[in-house]
Amino acid sequence: MGERELHYADALNEALDICMRRDERVILMGLGAPDVSGIFGSTTGLLEKHGPERVFETPISENAMTGVLLGAGLVGIRPVMTHVRQEFAMPAMEQIVNQAAKWHYMFGGQASVPMVMRMIIGRGWGQGSQHSQSMHAWFAHVPGLRVLLPATPYDAKGLLISAIEDENPVVILEHRWLYKTFGPVPEGHYRVPIGEPNLIHPGKDVTIVSSSYMTLEATKAVRSLADDGVEAELIDLRSIQPLDDAMILESVRKTGRLVVCDHANRNASFAAEIITRVVEQALDTLKAPPVRITLPHSPTPTTRALSNYYYPTDGHIVAAAKRLMGLPSEDPFASVAPEDTLDVPDPSFTGPF
Amino acid sequence: MFRTLLRIRRVEERLVALYPEQQIRCPTHFSIGQEAVAAGVCAHLSAKDLAMSAHRSHAHYLAKGGDLKAMVAELYGKATGCARGKGGSMHLIDRSVGFLGCVPIVGSTIPIAVGASFGSRLLGNSATTTIFFGDGAAETGVFAETLSFAALHKLPVLFVCENNLYSVLTPQSERQPHGRRIVDVAAGLGVPGEQVDGQDVETVFDVAGQMISRIRDGGGPGFLEFLTYRYLEHCGPLDDTRLGYRPPGEFEDWLERDPVRIETERLIAEKLIDAKAIERLESELALEIDDAVEFAQASPFPERAEMDASVFA
Ligand SMILES: Cc1ncc(C[n+]2csc(CCOP(=O)(O)OP(=O)(O)O)c2C)c(N)n1
Repeated sequence: MGERELHYADALNEALDICMRRDERVILMGLGAPDVSGIFGSTTGLLEKHGPERVFETPISENAMTGVLLGAGLVGIRPVMTHVRQEFAMPAMEQIVNQAAKWHYMFGGQASVPMVMRMIIGRGWGQGSQHSQSMHAWFAHVPGLRVLLPATPYDAKGLLISAIEDENPVVILEHRWLYKTFGPVPEGHYRVPIGEPNLIHPGKDVTIVSSSYMTLEATKAVRSLADDGVEAELIDLRSIQPLDDAMILESVRKTGRLVVCDHANRNASFAAEIITRVVEQALDTLKAPPVRITLPHSPTPTTRALSNYYYPTDGHIVAAAKRLMGLPSEDPFASVAPEDTLDVPDPSFTGPF
Repeated sequence: MFRTLLRIRRVEERLVALYPEQQIRCPTHFSIGQEAVAAGVCAHLSAKDLAMSAHRSHAHYLAKGGDLKAMVAELYGKATGCARGKGGSMHLIDRSVGFLGCVPIVGSTIPIAVGASFGSRLLGNSATTTIFFGDGAAETGVFAETLSFAALHKLPVLFVCENNLYSVLTPQSERQPHGRRIVDVAAGLGVPGEQVDGQDVETVFDVAGQMISRIRDGGGPGFLEFLTYRYLEHCGPLDDTRLGYRPPGEFEDWLERDPVRIETERLIAEKLIDAKAIERLESELALEIDDAVEFAQASPFPERAEMDASVFA
């Protein structure tokens, strides 16, 4: 019997449905959560199944609604809030950072805030400066928040279930380009433990650490590196706060080479945190300086002419790994033209997005 | 004013037609159906006066005197665009005519515009500032916070709320308490105003004219809530009436009150324009739009070095 496969969006949908069926305190709210587009399909049908008391629209008042959700969490509700773009949660940073993240600690552990904030990372088709950032490093910087970055449909479902069942505020960042990916997803309830990275591919030559959409690019990179005789080990972070780094350290101790891929701007990125941990704990095993593959340190341009040069690809990962191996490599952007249409994941993906 | 109204309509209709060619590759929000507000309000503003908008801003940019060629080029992501291609449809700017910019984060330009007005006052100039936004933006925290500040300092700012009943697919009734008018909320925050028909450009013109003179005379901030309607989908060029989120008949009722049609019929009835003159105007506009589209298509994309340019001033 083959394993059942689902889209990432459907995996999320199933996680929500299961949690709402198992626990009637779970509610779902946010701009567009109950409407026909259903947060790219991830909430479709839930209103019909669970009713308007538990699945509802909110005003465009993100900061207030986050506080409302926090308050509801304090008295026993388990809210899930959706943001169609991560940027739409930016007005709520006060409630997220000052309130939700600190509540448990600041009151001596007497209360907790079991709430989930789903945020979607936009990208492609000219999403531009205010619709395509990934601020996971910000959130990871704040003590008291859990920060999840599921890369596969399996993890999307399992991590969302873990998030909803967790007693803490959780930020879960879903990359828009992952929504149509397809992969094995078991039926029913299961959890992916928060904090454990996932060994996607074993190898002995170079360690590649990635998360979210970059894990797809890294998977492609691992395949082409194999063609060149380089055995790369690929670790997907899944969760960056908390993060058990034992697997990464063990891998680097074996390979001596590290490439970290991060779909965020370079400066103070989460990639820097990974490299720091490795340098602190396994410097003596490094055969070459670790490499960060990130977005440049500029806001996202809207025009495809520039976004074609903005996003690193599997080619960049391959080039970096080869450099670490002392093999010849070339600049993957060299063959890119401004007219190319690289700002979409596949040709079926058309505007307006 | 009629020219502005018709021009905005024809420009957007052309963009709608071009969108499927996949050369305009950015989220694009059309204001077809809502043009009378921009045309009527901006008719009172000079290039010295300032204006800002949000994600649905083509009409405001054009009515304020923004450069059509630069706008179309911006949508095409070209180096000749008003934001050098880096912004796209949701980030239009033309400082030469006082259009200070627009962004897609709902509500975010309301305080920025008020800041511009505050700054103008500090600099001692007589410019007014107009901020265009939707009914949804009235739900943001910054809306209330900013109106209070504007009222406190009696700033020369005009708040223009285009109430098109919807925020994406959600009607106002699901987001705001029943029976409460946005203009009354504004009044409660210290910014008095009126709720007005936004489909009749002459009504818009008259009401805005009185309000802007009051503001210019030092009367403090004013608020206009225009009742209007968006014909196309929230984002993109398609008719979305089949999605079923609009009550049956609503769209047709609003079509009856199409701003371009109302004004055309009035001008004809009053013999201020005839079929010939309209034809002439239409062909002028068509040529101008052809030109702008050709300009955009022929323009180069930004060079790769533009990526890091202007991260810092
Ligand atoms: C802070 C924030 N939350 C949510 C969104 C998503 N969003 C984009 S436009 C829009 C609707 C805004 O409605 P309104 O202000 O009435 O303007 P309209 O689209 O009707 O012109 C929403 C919710 C956003 N851009 N910013």
